[in-house]
Amino acid sequence: MNDAFAQIGLGPFLTVGAALLVLGVFGIFLNRKNIIIIMMSMELILLAANINLVAFSAALGDLSGQVLTVFVLTIAAAEAAIGLAILTVYFRNRGSIQVEDVALMKG
Amino acid sequence: MNWTLALPEIVLAVSGLVILAAGVLMRKEEAFLPSATLSVAAMIVSGFLVATSSSGVGYGDVFVVDAFARFIKLLVIAGGVASITLSIGYSDGKSALPFETPILMLFSTLGAMIMASSANLMTLFVGLELSSLSIYILCAIERDRVEAAEAGLKYFILGSLASGLLLYGASLAYGFAGTMEFAPIAVEINGAGALPVGLVIGVVFIVVGLAFKLSAVPFHMWTPDVYQGSPTPVTAFMAGAPKFAAFALILRVMMGPFGAMSPRWQLLIEVISALSMLFGALAAIPQRDIKRLMAYSSIGHMGYAMMGLAAATPVGTRGTLVYLTTYLVMNVGVFGVISAMRRRGREVTTVADLAGLGRTNPAMAMVMAICMFSMIGVPPLAGFFGKFMVFGAAWNAGLYGLVAVGALSAVIGAFYYLQVVKVVYFDASVAPFDKPAPSIAFVSAAMGLATVLFLLALGPVSEAAGAAAKALVG
Repeated sequence: MNDAFAQIGLGPFLTVGAALLVLGVFGIFLNRKNIIIIMMSMELILLAANINLVAFSAALGDLSGQVLTVFVLTIAAAEAAIGLAILTVYFRNRGSIQVEDVALMKG
Repeated sequence: MNWTLALPEIVLAVSGLVILAAGVLMRKEEAFLPSATLSVAAMIVSGFLVATSSSGVGYGDVFVVDAFARFIKLLVIAGGVASITLSIGYSDGKSALPFETPILMLFSTLGAMIMASSANLMTLFVGLELSSLSIYILCAIERDRVEAAEAGLKYFILGSLASGLLLYGASLAYGFAGTMEFAPIAVEINGAGALPVGLVIGVVFIVVGLAFKLSAVPFHMWTPDVYQGSPTPVTAFMAGAPKFAAFALILRVMMGPFGAMSPRWQLLIEVISALSMLFGALAAIPQRDIKRLMAYSSIGHMGYAMMGLAAATPVGTRGTLVYLTTYLVMNVGVFGVISAMRRRGREVTTVADLAGLGRTNPAMAMVMAICMFSMIGVPPLAGFFGKFMVFGAAWNAGLYGLVAVGALSAVIGAFYYLQVVKVVYFDASVAPFDKPAPSIAFVSAAMGLATVLFLLALGPVSEAAGAAAKALVG
């Protein structure tokens, strides 16, 4: 596995990670429609960090990156659950999950 | 391995789980008071353990206990205890909070304590997420109020974006420094001449993520909406524990590993500090809602506290810690009064609703006035000493421009604080508020008293803060 990794190098992995991060950030800021899409973009950002961590971990020969990845996966699951719960509460009160409707308080 | 290092955290985590299980077994309406009381008790026990704990590094070098961690943890616990006590009185009225509220505050406090003790990017991230996830739920815990749901949603979206960026930064820092621990990262930075670009980018991402939790400008946009929409005790909590923990991390990273290269980051912190102070003062002026006003006020106060960090000296760090202590005291006092703003069981939150409080409830009015004057920085109230120490540190470090901006925004800020005092004492009253619940009255009275008598505690507090700063800089 290390041979294959050495052949490919770290670059492509970091590029994929960076591309996912950019996709995620743009997904949040350019998206003007649906909150579910924002939550998907957030998962993308966490996955971008995960790819980085695993790639660095393999390149450095150090396990702690992969340990953190497992933690991040767990936390991402908890975060998604909480996010969906809050979204449900919001939908019950407001009857809509359009981004433009989330503007009761301003100023 | 010395496992007792994390004893306060272990006690808090186990008692949180036990209280949660006990609460589920009880009848829903009756569970709030026992769970709140037990949570306060668990936090006080944990605070006692923190105060008596010994220093050291444990758990494979991921967890550090020193004078600095102890100072921050005690602040965080004090904020948590005060907020839970406020929630007991708040829950008396019509808008009852579910029994999970104090338990979630307990878990969020636990996360903040883990952040204060982290010596490793992994501990940092897990602690931060434990603290943040609990607060997302707390914001939206009044399930039938649409503002609360919106506040929760906004905080969730922006908060997880910040956590995601912080994690991405942590992954870069890990890759380019080759380790997750703060101490070897410091060696990496201070050793070879040129810094790897990836490490610098990673650290910038981490600072952005933490600045978001602090609600420092330009990462402040969530603060007013979330403060306004959340239940008042939760707002009081948010203004305390998570901010102290984020400050703990920024101080630990900047003054520790990055201390040697302070000339390179000083300007960044100066700009954030100046912008926060000015923005907090100016944007608060047109506000009509008292919770929103306090949100802008907290942005400003974070700017002042950051002034001590911008000085990049142990004296500056001491100033920041003293400032955070005084901020905790006067802020909880104000939120105590806000929690008591009810008419016929319904919560009211505009500044105009405070009219005539000076006649209808002189004690509450007195607390409000004391805290407002303290926030301006009038001697001999608590806020003066915090401001005095950070201004002094910044002046000695030669940051004259920053001191000038600080003084200017303190004067502008005085305008809206005095406006509140004017409404309280000189405007004709609409109708008196309901009689405040005993726990709310107790917390506000205690904090008002503490604000006045802070002078007496100044010696021990600044001594402890000095020891904490020394532990950090080494």
